[in-house]
Amino acid sequence: VSSSANFQLKPFKLHKLEDSPDTEVTLQRDDALKYYRQMVTIRRMEAAANALYKDKSVRGFCHLYSGQEAVAVGLENSIRKTDAVITAYRAHGWSWIRGVSLTGVLSELTGRRSGCARGKGGSMHMYNENFFGGNGIVGAQVPLGAGIALAQKYKGTDAVTLALYGDGAANQGQVFEAYNMSKLWSLPVIFVCENNGYGMGTSAERAAASTEYYSRGDYIPGLWVDGMDVLATREGTRFLVDLCRKGKGPFVMEVATYRYHGHSMSDPGTSYRTREEIQEVRQTRDPITSFKDKIITTDLVTIEELKTIDNEIKKAVDDAVTIARSDPEIGLEELYGDVYANPLEETIRGITPFTEHKHIKVNKPHNIQL
Amino acid sequence: AQLTVRDALNSAMDEEMERDETVFILGEEVAQYDGAYKVSRGLWKKWGDKRVIDTPITEIGFAGIAVGAAMAGLRPICEFMTFNFAMQAIDHIINSGAKTFYMSAGNVAVPIVFRGPNGAASGVAAQHSQCFGAWYSHCPGLKVVSPYSAEDCRGLMKQAIRDPDPVVFLENELLYGIAFDVSDEVKSKDFVIPLGKAKIERTGDRITLVSHSKSVGTCLDAAKELAAQGVECEVINLRSLRPLDEETIIRSVMKTNHLVTVEGGWPQSGIGAEICARIIESMSSSSSF
Repeated sequence: VSSSANFQLKPFKLHKLEDSPDTEVTLQRDDALKYYRQMVTIRRMEAAANALYKDKSVRGFCHLYSGQEAVAVGLENSIRKTDAVITAYRAHGWSWIRGVSLTGVLSELTGRRSGCARGKGGSMHMYNENFFGGNGIVGAQVPLGAGIALAQKYKGTDAVTLALYGDGAANQGQVFEAYNMSKLWSLPVIFVCENNGYGMGTSAERAAASTEYYSRGDYIPGLWVDGMDVLATREGTRFLVDLCRKGKGPFVMEVATYRYHGHSMSDPGTSYRTREEIQEVRQTRDPITSFKDKIITTDLVTIEELKTIDNEIKKAVDDAVTIARSDPEIGLEELYGDVYANPLEETIRGITPFTEHKHIKVNKPHNIQL
Repeated sequence: AQLTVRDALNSAMDEEMERDETVFILGEEVAQYDGAYKVSRGLWKKWGDKRVIDTPITEIGFAGIAVGAAMAGLRPICEFMTFNFAMQAIDHIINSGAKTFYMSAGNVAVPIVFRGPNGAASGVAAQHSQCFGAWYSHCPGLKVVSPYSAEDCRGLMKQAIRDPDPVVFLENELLYGIAFDVSDEVKSKDFVIPLGKAKIERTGDRITLVSHSKSVGTCLDAAKELAAQGVECEVINLRSLRPLDEETIIRSVMKTNHLVTVEGGWPQSGIGAEICARIIESMSSSSSF
């Protein structure tokens, strides 16, 4: 096997940027194995989430990330753990790559004790240090992300924030408000539009007067990146993050990707697009298959190595699924816990005047000192 | 000594900014203009661009930015020029502010103060004449303060800024210029008033008047007039709407056996309606408890 290989990327599209990221990139063997492992883990975890949902182990929402793996993996591998990420409701992959365990994600979906929010957040509300969720309100995470960036700058760090949103949210008014203030205040934030083609069942073309999302920051420089290529998402992000650290933020980055499943589990995803369209993407542009081909044909890795990784991931996900199915739910007492970081009343009213529940503290917040 | 409500709020914010470097103010006209109602007067000159930030007129955007900054460990004071405009931003106050701590199972706290004038002002028509006390006090995860006097404003504002939870701080435009007598204790930098506790402004035994914000003054005027006729009213200034100091109200009602609630909000599903419900659910209205 070789220790590194060079690859040619699709051209980036630039908006008010003077330079482009390199389109010729070098990939180290270790990184190849890492990105493969990360993308396959997300794919398999989502397959497990899909199965759990279908056998009714998951209640409520469930938005799958399958098809979009190269976005989370490419972006995460261009930032530091001290940088921040906030995303929308399609949050499983991001939660995992930002440090939540497989069990933490899958048990959160099944509403169990070992879920990263103890089953109280569910599909859309998973958090970790420097990962601010999952947000269930379309577009709300964008100004929140700008606020996180404001705090990074206020504290004098060189950390940056990635604020992710979909092509649907890209039309929200508050996104443009966040653009405006971020530019006025030179905040170290990259607004990442994950364009998967559809906001629920409305195609980008039917929802946006301009689908060139990378240019919709107007006065904010933007970059279009092929979101099905993990090397392109890595390179594009690295380019903008470097500028951001030097105080040149904000930026808008459009990452063109695709989702294989419906918007959520209640959407078969076939009334507003054809099965052929989905098949065509799976066969020609799948982020994992195409990456696998690349790293095998350049002798960066062997097929056997990838098979070993596949098996390890399968076992890890299966183990997490077992816990996600068997772990108990939190007790009633915890449903009345952690409403306030500093509760002023000992009890919380129940559904009748005669039931009072003790407000208990379960976790310590990781973002402030109490 | 006398202190106006405006100066009470201003000095409270100034002192907390001095005490804690993570405290900052943002909102429309808070910096160079000195505040639309001059509540932040002088603070930009003293603390500079970093800590007193003028925003464009984009409430949902800057409220979201403020909440995001709180999630990342700062303690923002987010001024709404009036709470009427906060309706543009109510999603961030409730869905981003109030609910994140619970949904994250206690992992992500949101230490923020949303403040600004609330309630009916004079002759400004329906869009600018409403009390949001009932709206916000409905929501778990929020703490809601509605001060009356200069003492209230100073002590509650300092405590609200120090509190690790999102606090909605409902001021009253018509009170900003009113001066109240305050003790030396109130002027101390250490002076704080606990959130969630009412204050008995005047003791009496015939009837309990419960109120918050400017209406407390109405109750005190009424009590004075009735005292001249030999009727002693007990006047309760709620100070906080969430948590609501049920105990103080009930204890008073058990003494006076009569209650009038007075507020500037609409009656349906209002603060008064809530107090009546709590009374009915409490031991003050039943011998079977």
